[in-house]
Formats: sequence, C-alpha cells, structure tokens
Amino acid sequence: MNLPKELRYSVEHEWVRTEGNKAIIGITDFAQSELGDIVFVELPEVGTEVSAGEPFGSVESVKTVSELYAPVSGKVVEVNSALEESPENVNESPYEDGWMIVVEMSDESELDKLLTAEGYAKTIEQE
Amino acid sequence: MAELKRTPLYPVYKDIAKLVPFAGWEMPVQFSGIKAEHEAVRTRVGIFDVSHMGEVEVSGPDALALVQKLTTNDASKLNIGDAQYSIMCYPDGGTVDDLLVYRTGEQTYLLVINASNIDKDVEWIEKHKTGDVTVRNISDETAQIAIQGPLAEQVLQKLADVDLSQIKFFKFQQNVNLDGIKALVSRTGYTGEDGFEIYFSASDAPQLWNKLLEAGKEEGILPCGLGARDTLRFEARLPLYGQELSEHISPIEAGVGFAVKLDKGDFIGREVLAKQKTEGAPRKLVGIEMIDRGIPRTHYPVFVGGEQVGEVTTGTQSPTLKKNVGLALVKSEVAQIGQEVEVEIRSKRLRAVIVKVPFYKRGSK
Repeated sequence: MNLPKELRYSVEHEWVRTEGNKAIIGITDFAQSELGDIVFVELPEVGTEVSAGEPFGSVESVKTVSELYAPVSGKVVEVNSALEESPENVNESPYEDGWMIVVEMSDESELDKLLTAEGYAKTIEQE
Repeated sequence: MAELKRTPLYPVYKDIAKLVPFAGWEMPVQFSGIKAEHEAVRTRVGIFDVSHMGEVEVSGPDALALVQKLTTNDASKLNIGDAQYSIMCYPDGGTVDDLLVYRTGEQTYLLVINASNIDKDVEWIEKHKTGDVTVRNISDETAQIAIQGPLAEQVLQKLADVDLSQIKFFKFQQNVNLDGIKALVSRTGYTGEDGFEIYFSASDAPQLWNKLLEAGKEEGILPCGLGARDTLRFEARLPLYGQELSEHISPIEAGVGFAVKLDKGDFIGREVLAKQKTEGAPRKLVGIEMIDRGIPRTHYPVFVGGEQVGEVTTGTQSPTLKKNVGLALVKSEVAQIGQEVEVEIRSKRLRAVIVKVPFYKRGSK
C-alpha cells in the first residue's frame, strides 16, 4: 500500500497535499483499490464552498457509488476535469494524475485533525 | 446475522479474491478486476464459482406433474438431456424464483435455483407436492463451476472424454469424465456468451477449479467473481432475482414471457399471467441510456414529465459499450424506444432515453 509520508489523511480515505493555504485533495491508494475499476467521478464546480467532513462529490466504480468527504473547509479553486474523460486515473495514479480538487482553506488548523501516513495505516489495518 | 456460508472453493480463493457477503454467502466479487474479468469472458474465457446456487432433485412417477404445476414453462417438452429456463410464480403472478429445469431421467428433474431463495423455494416445492414424488435438496453436496466465453469449449475439451461440440445450446450430458472428475456438463450460462455450467461433487471442487485454470492458461483464462458475472448478465439483459424479478414483478413484466407457456395446462399463476400476456402487463422492463452525465443504479426513480413512472432495476457503466446504461421497470404507457425519461441521481433529475435491449448480443461486435 502506497502512503506518501508528506501527505495528510482522513478516516474517510481522502488525502491532502498542502501548498501554502491551498489543499490538493484526492482519494488514497487503499480507497481506489477497495473500490475497484473507477468509471465515474462527480466533482463540484469551481467556486463551491466545501466543509470538513461533508460530502463534496462522489466516485463510482463498476459496482458501487461512494461519497467523497472534504477533509478541510474552504472554496474550491480548481477541479481535475481530466477525470471526466479518464476516471481510471484515480486507480492508476491516486496521488498524482488522480487528484480531484484544490481547496483554498478557510481554517488551516483543520489540518491538525488529519492523520499522518502512519496513523492512517493503522486505521486501514483495522478495516 | 447468521454466519456466512462458504462454498467448497473458498479455500482456493480466500487469499487472492476480494470477498463480499452475497445472499448469505461469502463470495468472491472480483479477482483481478471486474473490467478485466468481463473482457476475458467476452473475448476469451473465464471461470466462476457458482456453487452457492441451489440444486433440487424432483423424482418419481408424479415428478413431471409437480414441475408442471410449479413452473411456467412446458417441462413436458423436455427429453432426457434437455435443459429449460423457467419461472416459479405465486398465484398473483409475482415471481418465487427463476430457475433451470434439467430432465436427468425418465422420471427425474433437477431444478437449479438462486442461492438467495433456496430455503423459500424448497418450502414452496414441498408445499405443493402431491402423489408419488420425492424432493431432495442436494445443494450442499453439489458444486457448480461456470466456464464462459468464446474459448470455453476449447478449454473444457482438453479435460472432457466426450465431444463437447455435440452438446448443443440448452442441452447437457451426465457422467462426463473431466480428467477423472465425474460431472454433468450443460451448455448454458449467465453471461450472454457461449459456455458451460458444470455440476459435480462438492468434494472435487478445488481440484476441478485448478485443472480448468491450468487447461486454459494458453487461452488466457481468468478466474472471475460475481461482479463480472453481474455486468455480463446485465449487458445480455438476463434478469437477476431481487432486481428484475421479485415477488412483486411478474415474468411478463420482466420480459421473460417466452418462458410462460399458456397452452401447457394449468400452473400456479396462470390466470394472471394469461391476462398480462394477452392484454399487456402494467409495467415493462426497458433499457435506458443516459444522455446527461451519471450512472443509473438499482432503485433510482425514473420520471416522465415530472411524474414517477418506475425505477431502475440494474445499472452500471457497460464495460463492453463504455456507456452509462440501465434496466428500468416502467409503466407500459411510456415504454417505447426513443422515449425520453429522467433518472433521479443524488437528488438531481438527469436525462436518459429508452433504448433497445439487450445491450450486448453474441457476435454483434
């Protein structure tokens, strides 16, 4: 299981990479592998406000639909529109090409509530 | 919740497949991935553990009479070695189960039923038993492996002591020797492809599974899970009990009226089904294709002009067509090809259109 050390993780299986006050968000390698072949990703429009712990979109595999939960609050400033045509990027490259949205954080202290790679590894062991 | 049952093949795949609970069983949903497995069956060959399915043997001088009373198709047409798709209905036309009926002897029939319905079906069969007939539930001692795909015959032939090309569609042969394992081999399936369903002793299951994988190596055989089985049967518009068929859905509504033979004499549900066949059923199963971006899923409501006209029974992105499609049970008034409908997906009404089904037919590529 690939869990980059520099990222932060949520118990709902999203990852966050920070660049200044911006948070790049996607789903983890574990999540994509559990979902199987991803065929559809529904993301919010740029400008949408998202709240930590609330759904911001959904991801569908051949068999299931799962909601995506925002790990931090803020305004969506960028959306990975390539996933519309190539949702399989989430399977093939969950931390790079499979990124989903960029959020301008309204409360950077929310990052402290997220898990480290180590902490997240422990939670998925229990699943 | 009762403990999940496991098939005799569980030890073979427990560490290599993704397992899920299905109808009270712990079953493999996928091995290498649903899309890859789906494609293997459409273009090459795949094998499925379907040992969770139920098998009931009905035998005795009154066996045919019982099968005729319980099922909608005409079992009197079956010779030994013939298989038939059939339905068991309630008096109101709702569906108890859909099944395969095999005539295995002069007075013996094998009924193959859905795993989720075994207890209910056996009870239903016992309840209607009259005269000299014996009903035996042999589900636990019977394993079933399906080998499906255009190269299924080529692979299975390597193990079989009979010429499989002589077993035609919906025919079967008993006591076939598969490299030392005795089996009933039937040219049937649930994928829309050519292939066989193999019934044999549960104790031989791991051995036959491994022999098939070995025999099919050159052909690129893949072990497949219930996920691919579902997308394959869906594209071929084969109904799944609990979705396209249920106690509230008749076989006429589900589009399997070909298995309802009104001229065979009386059977349970005949009156209602006869009326639906001649006057039309209130609802009809149709195919839908999304116009807007979204994937229809089971139970999503379907609307026409703001009024709910039915719901989706199964939907996914078709791995063969790469389109977001579904099957929906809708009021017959709107069930025309080309009719635009709306599917409610996460509180949004998205446009779709009624299209011809099946989505996939063998040789149509």
